[in-house]
Amino acid sequence: MTEIRIIVCATQIPDPEAPLSDVSVDAQKLEVLVDAPQVISPFDENALEAAVRIKEAVGAKITVLSLGKKVSDTVLRKTLAAGADELILLEDEAFDKLDSHSTAAALAGAIQTVGGYDLILTGRQAGDWDSGQVGLILGEMLGLPCINLAREISIEDGSVVVKKGIPEGYERVKATMPALVTVSNEVGELRYISRTKMLKMIQGARSIPSWSVGDIGVHPEALQKMAITALSSPPDMGRDCQFMEGTPEEKAGKLAAVFMSLR
Amino acid sequence: MAQGVWTIAEQRDGEIRKISYELVSEGRRLADALGQELTVVLLGSNIKDKAAAFGPYGANKVMVADDSRLEPYTTDAYVSVISQLVKANEPAVLLLGASVQGKDLAGRLAARLDVAMAQDCTVFAIEGGTLVATRPIYAGKAYAKVTFENSWPQMATARPKVMSVNEPDPSKSAEVMDAAFTLDDADLKTKVMDVVKDESGKVDLTEADKIVSGGRGMKGPENYYILEALADVIGASVGASRSAVDAGWRPHSDQVGQTGKVVSPNLYVACGISGAIQHLAGMSTSKVIVAINKDADAPIFQKADYGVVGDLFDVVPALTEEAKKYV
Ligand SMILES: Cc1cc2nc3c(=O)[nH]c(=O)nc-3n(C[C@H](O)[C@H](O)[C@H](O)COP(=O)(O)OP(=O)(O)OC[C@H]3O[C@@H](n4cnc5c(N)ncnc54)[C@H](O)[C@@H]3O)c2cc1C
Repeated sequence: MTEIRIIVCATQIPDPEAPLSDVSVDAQKLEVLVDAPQVISPFDENALEAAVRIKEAVGAKITVLSLGKKVSDTVLRKTLAAGADELILLEDEAFDKLDSHSTAAALAGAIQTVGGYDLILTGRQAGDWDSGQVGLILGEMLGLPCINLAREISIEDGSVVVKKGIPEGYERVKATMPALVTVSNEVGELRYISRTKMLKMIQGARSIPSWSVGDIGVHPEALQKMAITALSSPPDMGRDCQFMEGTPEEKAGKLAAVFMSLR
Repeated sequence: MAQGVWTIAEQRDGEIRKISYELVSEGRRLADALGQELTVVLLGSNIKDKAAAFGPYGANKVMVADDSRLEPYTTDAYVSVISQLVKANEPAVLLLGASVQGKDLAGRLAARLDVAMAQDCTVFAIEGGTLVATRPIYAGKAYAKVTFENSWPQMATARPKVMSVNEPDPSKSAEVMDAAFTLDDADLKTKVMDVVKDESGKVDLTEADKIVSGGRGMKGPENYYILEALADVIGASVGASRSAVDAGWRPHSDQVGQTGKVVSPNLYVACGISGAIQHLAGMSTSKVIVAINKDADAPIFQKADYGVVGDLFDVVPALTEEAKKYV
């Protein structure tokens, strides 16, 4: 079989490990402000790891697409260090604050511009809004078979076979390529990249193409279907922890009494 | 004009899941606010006898799609059938559950229908005749209210166990009708080869009334019997943090959190779990939260109603013994 072509869609988000205290809400501007560095959304890293493993197993060319108003290529160059062959930034003022539909539409435009793909991988959900929509809409727009929540991906002569997570375990699902698969964290974390390798990639002379609305022929702002009307900090659940005191047995006795009062 | 509120029922092996009643109850409230009818859509094989269950909770109609290819659930078949029904009947509001299956289905269905969808909502309201949905974002670090723009039906999933269930009124019944659809094998672009179930064949965590969860503090898979003993006595299911799942101690189906199950039981007991934001995202809407942790500064205590600072290997077995006294 000829080498397969994989496109991985990777978005950039504020580090999801940022503590609650570093997150605030501007209710007027309808913006969530996170005082944390940008990272690749964790599930998109899982998707890249899956792609690199396929490349190692059967040979593949991997293209990473990343869309945003402003995409940091220092963050994204990590994908090249991890094994991607090509990185394309999709940057435009018009790519700011897009909803799932308009994001998918812009990605679909870019993917058609790239052309000639066998497999598209996205993370199962972005680590900020957790909607789990972009990949599925993208698959639908491109008319591809879609498999959601992959725990493991393998290629078997022209088909992709996926262990898909279901509530009580997993099912093995097969689709003919080209296909789209959304990837879950069980696939495994993105491989470790040494600092030297990373630095070499960041300082490397290699220029990274950047495409805008004109290059992909899609005006995503016009396609928005969802509007945010209010943003707020999480409601105070009014929890005030009452600590049980005494010996372990006394603590246990007091807690058991609480349990029973709940019935 | 789009008319009516629809909820998609969830069943597994012919058993109606609890989320289905939560959806009907919430659907009834929204239908009343709109002054419109509530229809439940039920899919499966030989499932029609279950349709009568929804009338007492407030459904006006139950539309049944019965076909051997609709059991077990597959994304492709469900999306094909429901999208046909929605296009033919044009409901104004379409609600599903934010269970693992519901999220998978809703994601694909919204894509097929080319509509916006609000995932994992905790509050719904009708304002100016349209749906307004509230949902946590950034793993619960903020909440957003969203509306739908020229997107019909207005589609959303509801977080399990958040919407209150109506008291069933046995005198009420719904009209049961057969759904008109075709299921073309060409629509089934993916093929399920086999299903592998995790060994734990217990209550689905999203439906559990009480949950006892263990994290990295459990130190190894062999120690979970301590939690299982407590769970047995108080009638709880056992969950886990992602650290415990990633370590291979517990199956993924036990994972609570942003990437696992989102649960809202009446009682959640976190044992040896630090309370990372991604774990909290999956359980902070529980009614009562209890934390057992040897580190008094563990963030989980800030989200707990009751806390025990101590070694779980002492506290949990003692708690099990104490709880037995009440049985
Ligand atoms: C995008 C993303 C998604 C994620 N999704 C999830 C998710 O869905 N669910 C989830 O849980 N995590 C998730 N995580 C991981 C999360 O950030 C934490 O790493 C994880 O929740 C920590 O698990 P833990 O509390 O069991 O372990 P730790 O943080 O290691 O905490 C162990 C705790 O046990 C206590 N302990 C140790 N020994 C004892 C003892 N003998 N007695 C009493 N207490 C003891 C310690 O004091 C400590 O507080 C996600 C992370 C990311 C980045």
